[in-house]
Amino acid sequence: MDERNFLYMFYGFLAAWLILALYLVALVGRERRLQREMDNLRRMIEEKHREAS
Amino acid sequence: MREKTLIVLCIVAAILLAHNLYVILLVLPDEVAQGPIFRIIFLHVPAAWTAFLGFLAAAVASALYLVRKDLRYDAFAVAVTEVGLAFAAANLVTGMIWARIIWGIWWTWDARLTSMLVCWLLYAGYLMLRHAVEEPTQRARIAAVFSIFASVDVPIVFFSIRWWRTQHPQPVVWGGGSMDPAYWNMLFLNWVPLLLLGMVMVVIRLRQERRQRELEALRRMAHAL
Repeated sequence: MDERNFLYMFYGFLAAWLILALYLVALVGRERRLQREMDNLRRMIEEKHREAS
Repeated sequence: MREKTLIVLCIVAAILLAHNLYVILLVLPDEVAQGPIFRIIFLHVPAAWTAFLGFLAAAVASALYLVRKDLRYDAFAVAVTEVGLAFAAANLVTGMIWARIIWGIWWTWDARLTSMLVCWLLYAGYLMLRHAVEEPTQRARIAAVFSIFASVDVPIVFFSIRWWRTQHPQPVVWGGGSMDPAYWNMLFLNWVPLLLLGMVMVVIRLRQERRQRELEALRRMAHAL
Protein backbone atom coordinates (compact mmCIF):
# COMPACT_ATOMS: atom_id res chain seq x y z
CA MET A 1 0.00 0.00 0.00
CA ASP A 2 2.81 2.44 0.94
CA GLU A 3 4.64 1.81 -2.30
CA ARG A 4 1.46 2.48 -4.30
CA ASN A 5 0.83 5.62 -2.24
CA PHE A 6 4.33 6.91 -3.03
CA LEU A 7 4.01 5.93 -6.71
CA TYR A 8 0.75 7.87 -7.11
CA MET A 9 2.31 10.91 -5.43
CA PHE A 10 5.04 10.70 -8.07
CA TYR A 11 2.38 10.39 -10.83
CA GLY A 12 0.61 13.45 -9.43
CA PHE A 13 3.73 15.62 -9.53
CA LEU A 14 4.64 14.27 -12.97
CA ALA A 15 1.16 14.92 -14.39
CA ALA A 16 1.00 18.50 -13.08
CA TRP A 17 4.43 19.41 -14.44
CA LEU A 18 3.76 17.62 -17.72
CA ILE A 19 0.56 19.66 -18.29
CA LEU A 20 2.34 22.95 -17.56
CA ALA A 21 5.39 21.96 -19.63
CA LEU A 22 3.19 20.92 -22.58
CA TYR A 23 1.38 24.25 -22.43
CA LEU A 24 4.73 26.10 -22.36
CA VAL A 25 5.92 24.07 -25.39
CA ALA A 26 2.65 24.90 -27.21
CA LEU A 27 3.20 28.61 -26.40
CA VAL A 28 6.74 28.55 -27.78
CA GLY A 29 5.54 26.67 -30.90
CA ARG A 30 2.81 29.26 -31.50
CA GLU A 31 5.34 32.08 -31.02
CA ARG A 32 7.60 30.57 -33.70
CA ARG A 33 4.70 30.06 -36.12
CA LEU A 34 3.56 33.67 -35.70
CA GLN A 35 7.10 34.95 -36.25
CA ARG A 36 7.50 32.79 -39.37
CA GLU A 37 4.16 33.98 -40.79
CA MET A 38 5.07 37.62 -40.11
CA ASP A 39 8.46 37.24 -41.80
CA ASN A 40 6.84 35.60 -44.84
CA LEU A 41 4.19 38.32 -45.13
CA ARG A 42 6.75 41.12 -44.74
CA ARG A 43 8.91 39.53 -47.45
CA MET A 44 5.87 39.18 -49.72
CA ILE A 45 4.85 42.83 -49.19
CA GLU A 46 8.41 44.03 -49.85
CA GLU A 47 8.54 41.99 -53.08
CA LYS A 48 5.20 43.42 -54.22
CA HIS A 49 6.44 46.96 -53.46
CA ARG A 50 9.62 46.29 -55.46
CA GLU A 51 7.61 44.90 -58.38
CA ALA A 52 5.30 47.91 -58.33
CA SER A 53 8.19 50.39 -58.34
CA MET B 1 8.04 43.23 -20.66
CA ARG B 2 11.62 42.82 -21.80
CA GLU B 3 13.10 39.43 -22.66
CA LYS B 4 15.70 39.71 -19.86
CA THR B 5 13.01 40.30 -17.21
CA LEU B 6 11.15 37.18 -18.40
CA ILE B 7 14.32 35.10 -18.22
CA VAL B 8 15.07 36.40 -14.69
CA LEU B 9 11.49 35.56 -13.60
CA CYS B 10 11.88 32.05 -15.06
CA ILE B 11 15.19 31.51 -13.25
CA VAL B 12 13.75 32.74 -9.92
CA ALA B 13 10.71 30.45 -10.38
CA ALA B 14 12.97 27.47 -11.22
CA ILE B 15 15.19 28.04 -8.15
CA LEU B 16 12.17 28.38 -5.86
CA LEU B 17 10.54 25.28 -7.36
CA ALA B 18 13.72 23.22 -6.95
CA HIS B 19 14.03 24.37 -3.32
CA ASN B 20 10.35 23.70 -2.60
CA LEU B 21 10.49 20.28 -4.24
CA TYR B 22 13.44 19.37 -2.02
CA VAL B 23 11.54 20.48 1.12
CA ILE B 24 8.27 18.82 0.03
CA LEU B 25 9.84 15.46 -0.82
CA LEU B 26 12.71 15.19 1.66
CA VAL B 27 12.19 17.53 4.62
CA LEU B 28 8.47 17.59 5.43
CA PRO B 29 7.20 14.52 7.29
CA ASP B 30 4.46 12.25 5.90
CA GLU B 31 0.91 13.18 6.85
CA VAL B 32 -0.22 10.65 9.48
CA ALA B 33 -3.48 9.47 7.90
CA GLN B 34 -2.70 9.79 4.19
CA GLY B 35 1.05 9.13 3.86
CA PRO B 36 3.18 10.49 0.97
CA ILE B 37 0.20 11.12 -1.35
CA PHE B 38 -0.79 14.13 0.82
CA ARG B 39 2.19 16.01 -0.69
CA ILE B 40 0.12 16.46 -3.86
CA ILE B 41 -1.66 19.25 -1.95
CA PHE B 42 1.35 21.52 -2.55
CA LEU B 43 0.60 21.49 -6.29
CA HIS B 44 -3.14 20.75 -6.26
CA VAL B 45 -4.23 23.75 -4.16
CA PRO B 46 -1.83 26.46 -5.48
CA ALA B 47 -2.72 25.37 -9.04
CA ALA B 48 -6.41 25.99 -8.23
CA TRP B 49 -5.62 29.39 -6.65
CA THR B 50 -3.61 30.42 -9.73
CA ALA B 51 -6.41 29.28 -12.06
CA PHE B 52 -9.08 31.16 -10.06
CA LEU B 53 -6.94 34.30 -9.99
CA GLY B 54 -6.62 34.06 -13.77
CA PHE B 55 -10.36 33.56 -14.29
CA LEU B 56 -11.28 36.46 -12.01
CA ALA B 57 -8.70 38.71 -13.70
CA ALA B 58 -10.27 37.71 -17.04
CA ALA B 59 -13.71 38.74 -15.76
CA VAL B 60 -12.39 42.15 -14.63
CA ALA B 61 -10.56 42.68 -17.95
CA SER B 62 -13.71 41.62 -19.86
CA ALA B 63 -15.86 44.10 -17.93
CA LEU B 64 -13.28 46.81 -18.61
CA TYR B 65 -13.36 45.92 -22.31
CA LEU B 66 -17.15 46.30 -22.40
CA VAL B 67 -16.85 49.73 -20.75
CA ARG B 68 -13.81 51.14 -22.58
CA LYS B 69 -13.85 49.15 -25.87
CA ASP B 70 -10.06 48.81 -25.76
CA LEU B 71 -8.82 45.59 -27.38
CA ARG B 72 -5.87 45.43 -24.98
CA TYR B 73 -8.29 44.37 -22.22
CA ASP B 74 -9.61 41.63 -24.50
CA ALA B 75 -6.02 40.46 -25.16
CA PHE B 76 -5.34 40.36 -21.42
CA ALA B 77 -8.57 38.43 -20.78
CA VAL B 78 -7.72 35.71 -23.30
CA ALA B 79 -4.12 35.46 -22.04
CA VAL B 80 -5.06 34.97 -18.38
CA THR B 81 -7.92 32.61 -19.29
CA GLU B 82 -5.67 30.32 -21.32
CA VAL B 83 -3.01 30.21 -18.60
CA GLY B 84 -5.70 29.71 -15.94
CA LEU B 85 -7.08 26.79 -17.93
CA ALA B 86 -3.66 25.06 -17.92
CA PHE B 87 -3.45 25.44 -14.13
CA ALA B 88 -7.06 24.26 -13.72
CA ALA B 89 -6.20 21.14 -15.75
CA ALA B 90 -3.23 20.51 -13.43
CA ASN B 91 -5.57 20.92 -10.44
CA LEU B 92 -8.17 18.48 -11.83
CA VAL B 93 -5.63 15.80 -12.80
CA THR B 94 -3.70 15.94 -9.50
CA GLY B 95 -7.05 15.77 -7.67
CA MET B 96 -8.04 12.63 -9.57
CA ILE B 97 -4.71 10.93 -8.80
CA TRP B 98 -5.04 11.88 -5.12
CA ALA B 99 -8.64 10.60 -5.05
CA ARG B 100 -7.62 7.23 -6.53
CA ILE B 101 -5.51 6.52 -3.43
CA ILE B 102 -7.61 8.17 -0.71
CA TRP B 103 -11.16 7.43 -1.94
CA GLY B 104 -10.36 4.41 -4.09
CA ILE B 105 -11.95 6.08 -7.15
CA TRP B 106 -10.69 8.41 -9.88
CA TRP B 107 -13.81 10.57 -9.95
CA THR B 108 -17.10 11.20 -8.20
CA TRP B 109 -19.85 13.60 -9.21
CA ASP B 110 -19.83 15.60 -5.98
CA ALA B 111 -20.39 19.38 -5.94
CA ARG B 112 -16.73 20.44 -5.76
CA LEU B 113 -15.42 18.14 -8.48
CA THR B 114 -18.39 18.69 -10.79
CA SER B 115 -18.37 22.50 -10.43
CA MET B 116 -14.61 22.54 -11.10
CA LEU B 117 -15.06 20.41 -14.22
CA VAL B 118 -17.90 22.70 -15.36
CA CYS B 119 -15.58 25.68 -14.73
CA TRP B 120 -12.86 24.08 -16.91
CA LEU B 121 -15.37 23.29 -19.66
CA LEU B 122 -16.80 26.83 -19.57
CA TYR B 123 -13.39 28.41 -20.07
CA ALA B 124 -12.43 25.85 -22.73
CA GLY B 125 -15.71 26.88 -24.40
CA TYR B 126 -14.64 30.53 -24.10
CA LEU B 127 -11.47 29.79 -26.09
CA MET B 128 -13.41 27.78 -28.70
CA LEU B 129 -15.96 30.58 -29.01
CA ARG B 130 -13.17 33.02 -29.86
CA HIS B 131 -12.11 30.81 -32.77
CA ALA B 132 -15.66 30.82 -34.12
CA VAL B 133 -15.93 34.63 -34.52
CA GLU B 134 -13.80 36.32 -37.22
CA GLU B 135 -14.42 40.01 -36.66
CA PRO B 136 -12.14 41.24 -33.79
CA THR B 137 -14.49 43.70 -32.06
CA GLN B 138 -17.48 41.35 -32.30
CA ARG B 139 -15.28 38.49 -31.00
CA ALA B 140 -14.07 40.64 -28.10
CA ARG B 141 -17.62 41.71 -27.15
CA ILE B 142 -19.12 38.19 -27.24
CA ALA B 143 -16.09 36.72 -25.45
CA ALA B 144 -16.25 39.41 -22.74
CA VAL B 145 -19.90 38.67 -22.00
CA PHE B 146 -19.19 34.93 -21.93
CA SER B 147 -16.17 35.39 -19.63
CA ILE B 148 -18.25 37.40 -17.12
CA PHE B 149 -20.95 34.70 -17.27
CA ALA B 150 -18.36 31.93 -16.75
CA SER B 151 -16.79 33.74 -13.77
CA VAL B 152 -20.00 33.13 -11.80
CA ASP B 153 -18.86 29.49 -11.50
CA VAL B 154 -15.62 30.44 -9.70
CA PRO B 155 -17.24 31.33 -6.33
CA ILE B 156 -19.55 28.30 -6.76
CA VAL B 157 -16.47 26.05 -7.00
CA PHE B 158 -14.86 27.79 -4.02
CA PHE B 159 -17.89 27.66 -1.73
CA SER B 160 -19.31 24.32 -2.95
CA ILE B 161 -17.69 22.44 -0.07
CA ARG B 162 -19.42 24.71 2.44
CA TRP B 163 -22.79 24.86 0.71
CA TRP B 164 -23.21 21.13 0.03
CA ARG B 165 -22.13 17.87 1.66
CA THR B 166 -19.27 16.64 -0.48
CA GLN B 167 -16.79 13.80 -0.67
CA HIS B 168 -14.12 16.49 -1.08
CA PRO B 169 -12.72 17.54 2.35
CA GLN B 170 -13.48 20.87 4.01
CA PRO B 171 -11.29 23.83 3.01
CA VAL B 172 -7.95 24.17 4.80
CA VAL B 173 -8.03 27.92 4.11
CA TRP B 174 -10.77 29.95 5.83
CA GLY B 175 -12.69 26.78 6.56
CA GLY B 176 -13.25 23.89 8.91
CA GLY B 177 -10.05 22.02 8.04
CA SER B 178 -6.73 22.40 9.81
CA MET B 179 -3.12 21.79 8.92
CA ASP B 180 0.32 21.74 10.51
CA PRO B 181 2.03 25.20 10.24
CA ALA B 182 4.94 23.64 8.29
CA TYR B 183 2.48 22.40 5.65
CA TRP B 184 0.74 25.77 5.68
CA ASN B 185 3.95 27.66 4.95
CA MET B 186 4.88 25.34 2.12
CA LEU B 187 1.42 25.69 0.58
CA PHE B 188 1.93 29.45 0.23
CA LEU B 189 5.67 29.16 -0.55
CA ASN B 190 4.91 26.85 -3.47
CA TRP B 191 2.26 29.23 -4.76
CA VAL B 192 4.94 31.91 -5.35
CA PRO B 193 6.87 30.08 -8.13
CA LEU B 194 3.60 28.91 -9.70
CA LEU B 195 2.42 32.53 -9.80
CA LEU B 196 5.74 33.62 -11.31
CA LEU B 197 5.45 30.88 -13.93
CA GLY B 198 1.86 31.94 -14.62
CA MET B 199 2.97 35.57 -15.02
CA VAL B 200 5.65 34.56 -17.54
CA MET B 201 3.08 32.53 -19.49
CA VAL B 202 0.61 35.46 -19.48
CA VAL B 203 3.29 37.88 -20.76
CA ILE B 204 4.27 35.47 -23.59
CA ARG B 205 0.59 34.94 -24.47
CA LEU B 206 -0.05 38.71 -24.44
CA ARG B 207 2.88 39.24 -26.81
CA GLN B 208 1.33 36.65 -29.12
CA GLU B 209 -2.00 38.49 -29.14
CA ARG B 210 -0.17 41.67 -30.15
CA ARG B 211 1.68 39.79 -32.90
CA GLN B 212 -1.57 38.24 -34.07
CA ARG B 213 -3.04 41.73 -34.52
CA GLU B 214 0.07 42.87 -36.40
CA LEU B 215 -0.23 39.78 -38.56
CA GLU B 216 -3.85 40.55 -39.38
CA ALA B 217 -2.87 44.12 -40.34
CA LEU B 218 -0.07 42.78 -42.57
CA ARG B 219 -2.52 40.32 -44.20
CA ARG B 220 -4.91 43.17 -44.96
CA MET B 221 -2.03 45.17 -46.42
CA ALA B 222 -0.91 42.20 -48.55
CA HIS B 223 -4.47 41.76 -49.89
CA ALA B 224 -4.72 45.44 -50.72
CA LEU B 225 -1.54 45.37 -52.82
